[in-house]
Amino acid sequence: MKRTIVLFFCSILWLISTQVGFADVIRIASGQSIQEAVDRALPGDTLRVSAGTYPQSGIVIRKPLVLIGEDYPVLDGEMKGNILVIAAENVTIQGFKIINTGKSNMDDSAAIKFFDSKNCVIKDNILENAFFGLHFSNSSGMTISGNQIHSDALREFEVGNGIHLWKCKDSFITNNQISGHRDGIYLEFVTNTEAAENLVQKNMRYGLHFMFSHDNSYIRNTFKNNGAGVAVMYTKNVMMKENRFEENWGSSAYGILLKDISDSEIVGNIFLKNTIGIYMEGSSRIEFTGNTFQQNGWALKLMASCDQNTFKANNFTQNTFDMSSNGSVVLNTITENYWDKYEGYDLNKDLIGDVPYRPINLYSVIVEKIPAAVMLWRSFMVTLLDRMEKILPTMTPDQMIDQSPKMKPYDFG
Amino acid sequence: MLKLLKYALYDILKSRFAIIYTAFLILVAVSIYQVSDDLSKVSLSLMNVMIMVVPLISAVFATTHFYNNLEFIELMLAQPVKRSQVFLSQLFAVIFMLSLSLLLGFGLPMLLWGADSSLITLLAVGMILSAVFTGFAFLASVLTRDKARAIGISLALWIYFSLVYDGLVLYIIYSFADYPLEKATLGLVMLNPVDLGRILMLMQLDISALMGYTGAFFKQFFSSGIGMLVILMVLSIWLVVPIGLSGRVFKKKDF
Repeated sequence: MKRTIVLFFCSILWLISTQVGFADVIRIASGQSIQEAVDRALPGDTLRVSAGTYPQSGIVIRKPLVLIGEDYPVLDGEMKGNILVIAAENVTIQGFKIINTGKSNMDDSAAIKFFDSKNCVIKDNILENAFFGLHFSNSSGMTISGNQIHSDALREFEVGNGIHLWKCKDSFITNNQISGHRDGIYLEFVTNTEAAENLVQKNMRYGLHFMFSHDNSYIRNTFKNNGAGVAVMYTKNVMMKENRFEENWGSSAYGILLKDISDSEIVGNIFLKNTIGIYMEGSSRIEFTGNTFQQNGWALKLMASCDQNTFKANNFTQNTFDMSSNGSVVLNTITENYWDKYEGYDLNKDLIGDVPYRPINLYSVIVEKIPAAVMLWRSFMVTLLDRMEKILPTMTPDQMIDQSPKMKPYDFG
Repeated sequence: MLKLLKYALYDILKSRFAIIYTAFLILVAVSIYQVSDDLSKVSLSLMNVMIMVVPLISAVFATTHFYNNLEFIELMLAQPVKRSQVFLSQLFAVIFMLSLSLLLGFGLPMLLWGADSSLITLLAVGMILSAVFTGFAFLASVLTRDKARAIGISLALWIYFSLVYDGLVLYIIYSFADYPLEKATLGLVMLNPVDLGRILMLMQLDISALMGYTGAFFKQFFSSGIGMLVILMVLSIWLVVPIGLSGRVFKKKDF
């Protein structure tokens, strides 16, 4: 009897200890199997993986574990399938170098793939030559930070997305560096998520690509030199703040392409040296304030299908064309911006020009119809035509006017 | 040859035209620098002025210079010097003077208030255009016997290349808007030295917009050195051909 009581207490103690978290630390050295260690470990344990190379793929984790790599142990998938597959809560993956996943669109091979997970942390990993980098589906509360994700693929179809979230919510994507993938960050059906301070550059297709992803915010990210810039679609309630969109060059490359975006704010961003700064169609009720458009081919391409958008207090400097449109209907408000091409005067010295500014000039209308005509830009003939149009507008939409252009650029710091 | 060049240069400087031209350019550059608040705006305004004024002045000045010095040229031809040397000394003197004026006129303000790559390109384009239009002017001069007619031809060439040609190209583009015109436009632009100079400037100022051209070919053409190399090569053809032609005519011309 006594013995059974002791046993009973012991087992209770054991239960409590595992529950409360007197978790074990398990060390894994080079040559050992991570999968076996994972299978042996109890929920809540910490697995410390020593430096070395682990040629292992398809490691499945189905319980709360903390995996920490010491001095970046290398998990080499040897071009076979996924490397880590996780379906659990409270998993932490930190400090690994994960390389060489399989290359397959059939199973979307990924360096780390999460299903139905909650509250996991993926931190400070280095991912190289992965098909998909980090792949999440149906998960929530993910923290993805400080990862370096890089691929050397040559063509778009040979590689997946850097950070891919499908049907996720309440996550943070911060301080990651992503390059050489198809889309840098791809979100579909993702809500309440914040992407901040990521550096996304030189990806094959889009730096950031999201669809049906409401209530997300994007803050202080840099999207640079991606194949076609940033494209976001079919979403409402987006907050984009203080991001940089740079050097997206090409016939269909955009600083940002907004398609069917509504009720959003785009504030304090910098659009530098893009072929097209912002291209928007079918978008409504977006507020653009405090943005800087500099040295773009076209700062804005505002299609006639957009309505009730407000462009207020932005700087437009050194753009080849400030604006172009495909129709003459104007349902948007453009006001109090600074345009460096403005040639008006300010007699009452209130720093607001006394004559309105027309951001669409004749030649941008012509180039919109015939792209090849850009070659004649700045020739005397074209300048002459533009001047005439300014005096007597015939082809440009006469409603597209900034009634109160600023005389001096805003100082956004 | 050097001696001939020296005399030709003395002669040009004596005419005071060089000084007035330089002063004019300085005035333009200084006023633009004063009005504009950043360098790219400066290079834009300077470019607008330069692309019109430099070819015009070059064409008119080179023609008048040739006829003003006709007596000197005839005298020299009576001496035991090669005809080509007489011709080239006059030509180089004019090109040298025009380039120097431009270099001083636009370059001094740049030294004073700063310059960027687009302004340096502007200077280079200006000098090339001066040389090209001097070539045209000399060609017009040797082809005619009459100063007025030569100036007329030079002016006609200037109007054609600065104004009419772009209008024609625009008309062609507009008429054939339904076809892919990228390569055709680029080809047409090659047939005009003023446009080539302008494209060199566009590659500095409006590279983002030029990248809107469809096709990888153009992306490479404009963003790498290839485009610049091709344009400079075509420009040098524009430089060498008129000069070569006029030199040929000059050699056989009966004064």
